[in-house]
Amino acid sequence: MTKPIFVFSDQLLSYKFSNHHPFNPLRFQMTYELLKDTGVLSDDQIVKPRKATDEEILLVHNEDYLKAIKKAGLGQLPESQRSSFGLDTDDTPIFKDMHEASAWLVGATLTATEQVFEGKTKKALSLGGGLHHGFRGRASGFCIYNDSSIAIEYMKQKYNARVLYIDTDAHHGDGVQWAFYDDPDVCTFSIHETGRYLFPGTGNVSEKGAGKGYGYSFNLPVDAFTEDDSWIPILEEAIDEIVKFFKPDIIISQNGVDAHYWDPLTHLSLTMKSYRKIPELVNRAADRYTEGRWIAVGGGGYDIWRVVPRAWSLIWAEINGIELQGTLPEAWLTKWQEKAPVDLPSCWDDRADLYPSIPRKQEICDKNHVMLQRTLQHIRNEKKSV
Amino acid sequence: MKVEAMMKTEVISIRENVSIEEAKKLMESHRIRHLPIVDEQKNLVGIVSDRDLVLDRIPNQKSPSDIEVQSVMAKEVITCHPYDFVEELLSIFYEERIGCIPVVKNNEVVGMITERDMLYTLIQLTGAHQPSSQFEVKVENLSGKLADVTAVIRNHNVNINSVLVYPGETDATKVLVLRVQTMNPIPIINHLKSEGYNVLWPDTSGEFV
Repeated sequence: MTKPIFVFSDQLLSYKFSNHHPFNPLRFQMTYELLKDTGVLSDDQIVKPRKATDEEILLVHNEDYLKAIKKAGLGQLPESQRSSFGLDTDDTPIFKDMHEASAWLVGATLTATEQVFEGKTKKALSLGGGLHHGFRGRASGFCIYNDSSIAIEYMKQKYNARVLYIDTDAHHGDGVQWAFYDDPDVCTFSIHETGRYLFPGTGNVSEKGAGKGYGYSFNLPVDAFTEDDSWIPILEEAIDEIVKFFKPDIIISQNGVDAHYWDPLTHLSLTMKSYRKIPELVNRAADRYTEGRWIAVGGGGYDIWRVVPRAWSLIWAEINGIELQGTLPEAWLTKWQEKAPVDLPSCWDDRADLYPSIPRKQEICDKNHVMLQRTLQHIRNEKKSV
Repeated sequence: MKVEAMMKTEVISIRENVSIEEAKKLMESHRIRHLPIVDEQKNLVGIVSDRDLVLDRIPNQKSPSDIEVQSVMAKEVITCHPYDFVEELLSIFYEERIGCIPVVKNNEVVGMITERDMLYTLIQLTGAHQPSSQFEVKVENLSGKLADVTAVIRNHNVNINSVLVYPGETDATKVLVLRVQTMNPIPIINHLKSEGYNVLWPDTSGEFV
């Protein structure tokens, strides 16, 4: 039996806009060290990534965009050209060698892809990836190159695969959705906080695909302040029915962990309970429908101290069938508590009284359930008519 | 925004002696529900909708292949001009309860606008089709308030995708709805709050304060 692999190297920590930017690669290092200190990540499971080539990036992105990112990273992109590539805002500001840093992240997800399709493993975790807002010709929402879109196109072309993309980030996975919106061989499913207030504003339940791809984009927007008790059952139903409907060859899951109550950028109220359950549901779907083939990537997550390291570690634990319970390793807590501006939680699970109870709980639950019906309506109707 | 910027310019029109059956087929193949009817000089003489072609509206129980569209078409057609404003058209759609307006210039049909085109234009006006975050600011109904709010946003190097001004519950207030091109609007929101603005934003007690 082949062991799952963990894609990691120091180059993946170079994707950094600035010291005060919310997207901080330190969270990846913290996760890596937490897994090491817990003793669940052995060296023979770590695979070093390669850097993506220009040809690979061009599978999805436009040539003038690639050139602009290269120039920008060298400080040579004139100011007048920045705005059309999305490089003039604080979300995706220019940083030194940004092309190289972004190409390493893409390469990491491609490395995971190759390991799975070349039979070296069934399951791979590439936490540097998950940059789901990147568009063909434009940087957006902290994302430059869209590693998942590139990996999906790569799997399609090189391995002739049908791909199911599952996105549990609190933000809509717009970049991946639009890249395959008219493609019936790629199915995208995104559960996220409604776009009423939250970036990017899309991901409405009515976005179901176009042309031949109609019916292969699924969106499940949930209300602000959604909790575990509502999120887990609707996600479970959605994943079960979508994977049964689409019958993919492989699942790629985006694991943004910014739907946690502590996350500063969103308004959802999940706890570690959901972050145990999400990888469990995806893993189960993979074991049942794709002979276990599953690539998990990272994504958003802006409480880098209290949420991301624990939540991402739980994905690795699930992939390896390991139970992580009780307290975090003392050495890790001591090291990072010194650097953290907040008190680090000492246990894998969140305490029960993490937040005050939410007055509209029942209403939110009901609304989310209605939304689930609408998300799955077309496949449920199809089933009835057979 | 002017009508010519949003109208469909590929117009499928028919002559008045075309049969109902043919008109129906044309609608189906082009996935449209309205056909303008023109005479030899291409002047607009009528319009039919898919509902005008339903059999029970047709006189004498004849076969649809024997009846010409001129016997069922509406002859007094509400039209607009390419230089009309979109806002005017919205009122016409609302008041006349119609689904489509032909655009006529020098007596010739140069475009068509449907309710759906209007809705798409509205989506664009709200800015909701571009990646952005939204928040709302409740302000006193005084001149200069919008400028004050946008002056705060200017400090944060963030593009504004759209601004809508809604009437408040009373005449004393207005609600500014802003879509900003950033995934992290928190610094702007905190800045506005620190200057005393009432920012409407998701809150546990309701959708917003």
